Amino acid sequence: MTEDRDARGLDIRRVGKVFAQAGKADFRALDDVSLSIRSNEFFTLLGPSGCGKTTLLRMIAGFEHPSEGQILLGGQDIGTLPPFARPVNTVFQNYALFPHLTVAGNIAFGLEMLRVPRAEIDETVGRMLRLVRMEAMRSRRPSEISGGQQQRVALARALAPHPKILLLDEPLSALDLKLRKEMQIELKRLQSETGITFVFVTHDQEEALTMSDRIAVMSEGKVLQVGSPHDIYDRPANRFVASFIGETNFLEGAVESVTPAGAAVRLAGGALIVAGAPSGGLPSGRTTVVIRPEHIDLVAAGGPATLTAKVEASVYFGTDTHHHLRLADGAPFVVRRQSRRQEGGEFPVGAEVGVVIPDLAAQVLGD
Amino acid sequence: MTTVSAAPPADARDAASTSAAAARRSDVRSRWLLAAPALALIFVGAVGPLAIVLVYSFLAPGDYSGVVWTLSGDAWFNVFLERDIFDDTVGPSWAHLSIFWRSVSLSLATTVLALLIGFPIAYFVATREPRWRSVWLFAITIPFWTNLLIRTFAIMELVRNEGVINTILMATGLVSAPIQMLYTDFAVMLGMLYVYLPLMVLPIYASLERLDFRLVEAAYDLYAGRLQVLRWVILPLTKPGIVAGSILVFIPSLGAYVTPRVLGGGKNLMLGNLIELQFSQGRNWPLGAALAMTLMAIVTVALLVYLRVAAGTRSSAHG
Repeated sequence: MTEDRDARGLDIRRVGKVFAQAGKADFRALDDVSLSIRSNEFFTLLGPSGCGKTTLLRMIAGFEHPSEGQILLGGQDIGTLPPFARPVNTVFQNYALFPHLTVAGNIAFGLEMLRVPRAEIDETVGRMLRLVRMEAMRSRRPSEISGGQQQRVALARALAPHPKILLLDEPLSALDLKLRKEMQIELKRLQSETGITFVFVTHDQEEALTMSDRIAVMSEGKVLQVGSPHDIYDRPANRFVASFIGETNFLEGAVESVTPAGAAVRLAGGALIVAGAPSGGLPSGRTTVVIRPEHIDLVAAGGPATLTAKVEASVYFGTDTHHHLRLADGAPFVVRRQSRRQEGGEFPVGAEVGVVIPDLAAQVLGD
Repeated sequence: MTTVSAAPPADARDAASTSAAAARRSDVRSRWLLAAPALALIFVGAVGPLAIVLVYSFLAPGDYSGVVWTLSGDAWFNVFLERDIFDDTVGPSWAHLSIFWRSVSLSLATTVLALLIGFPIAYFVATREPRWRSVWLFAITIPFWTNLLIRTFAIMELVRNEGVINTILMATGLVSAPIQMLYTDFAVMLGMLYVYLPLMVLPIYASLERLDFRLVEAAYDLYAGRLQVLRWVILPLTKPGIVAGSILVFIPSLGAYVTPRVLGGGKNLMLGNLIELQFSQGRNWPLGAALAMTLMAIVTVALLVYLRVAAGTRSSAHG
């Protein structure tokens, strides 16, 4: 990872974490993880459960200490400091609001522990309540407000001491869909208003794509790819990233030549396509290209097409239709086409169709 | 949705409301019937005997024991006051008051020590792995299987002049003569502490076990050190267990009979012993009854004060 390092940002250097397990082999939760998170960035750790993203978050918070490597914040190694000595606050997955304190008491807690003068605490609590639009609820207890409101209180409580980094551990997973969408927008607003670095953990790829400045995709304790949502979606580094984020078609082929515009790839079926090349250099010999279902078009059989396939099923989603195809060599293939009003019965089940892959719609994988 | 259903006609509504009232009445009746066995038991087991004690306290003592059915306030007079046998002046009954004071202060000390020792024990057990917790709880409750008298004699074996503690102290040369511990207030308190400690540990354990330790993590994350986490998160959230445990230790301590009798010898009486004395050698049942009612009054007042204080700290914290 050769990105510019931010002196005020969070620098995770070759961090590893091994958990000793009674009666079993040690479990390696993180393996040689290096990340540079810039200040004021909305950074997301994305991966399936058990990929190590929560362990990494807990390490930044101070609940776990790294077995190897360093965690630097603004150039200072914080890897061994206890949680209460780090300018880092967490929004917990279950919110972990103090049930014996009011909303205002919860928000004031961090400042009280820091022994901030009372007048300043009151002023900050008032500002936080306005920020998350909870002024009317200030005297309620956590059990007397809804899940979405608890979420906002948890955010205000973690933001009140104005940490350098705010950690968010799947904070939206307990909310229903509509509330989750609202909170996604709310989180983005809070991040830009406060200017605090957000490190967000999720297993929801859509959430990651819509909210993040940059995403680190993790699997089995390793960081597989770091990049902007566009990078991750359009130029996945490997098969795992491509299949974890969005729906993907995989085709086998061989790179024939490379031009500045892209790589010419001869597909197994014989067709030649122009695909994007990975940044890390092209693999030689057999390779895999990925194509997103929405970047492909369908034509009637006999038209000018890259591949031919047979329609196995069509699923209508309203905004678009997913056509599940079977290629000549037997591989499954998905095409997503935007719905048009006049359409219907154009590609009936069982029909032969032509698949058109435009130039640069496909991407050559790095591994 | 609501536009479809029109309001029912007035007479139908009336009929509905009368039948609802009838249903409510029969509901109330069946509830009383269901509660009747328990109410009967409470009356026979608690209210009745209490009433007898209260009535006896206003009667005169019989010559050898029992009561004479003549109304008399002497018993209540003698609880607090005494008449000098020489000059007939009335003064406070210092003997009784010192026993009240000893009972209350020893019970308070026992409760505070039980809390200081019991809370860490409960915390230790609650933070073990689940399968070990039951083992520890089992170990804590083992003393309950032994007869109280035997447990008390075991403490006696520890604290007497030739007992375990003094033998060790003498052998190591820390003291040259045995320390007199048996038949002191200290021995009484130690005995009560030992006997009632599990009653403190168990309710505190129950509330610690329900405590969401993610809240402890949240407090650490919000700049609270270990003591601050204890003060501002763990203690407030386990207060119900602390209150219950304190009550469960304080009340039986106040009325303790066997422990002060065995470990306090004849001179360090507590209220329980004083009451027993009136019903046996003292042959003054009304005084015993009045003392018993006084004990109950002390317990009630102590409980009310304690609950008021406990509830007060909750509502005032963080406005």
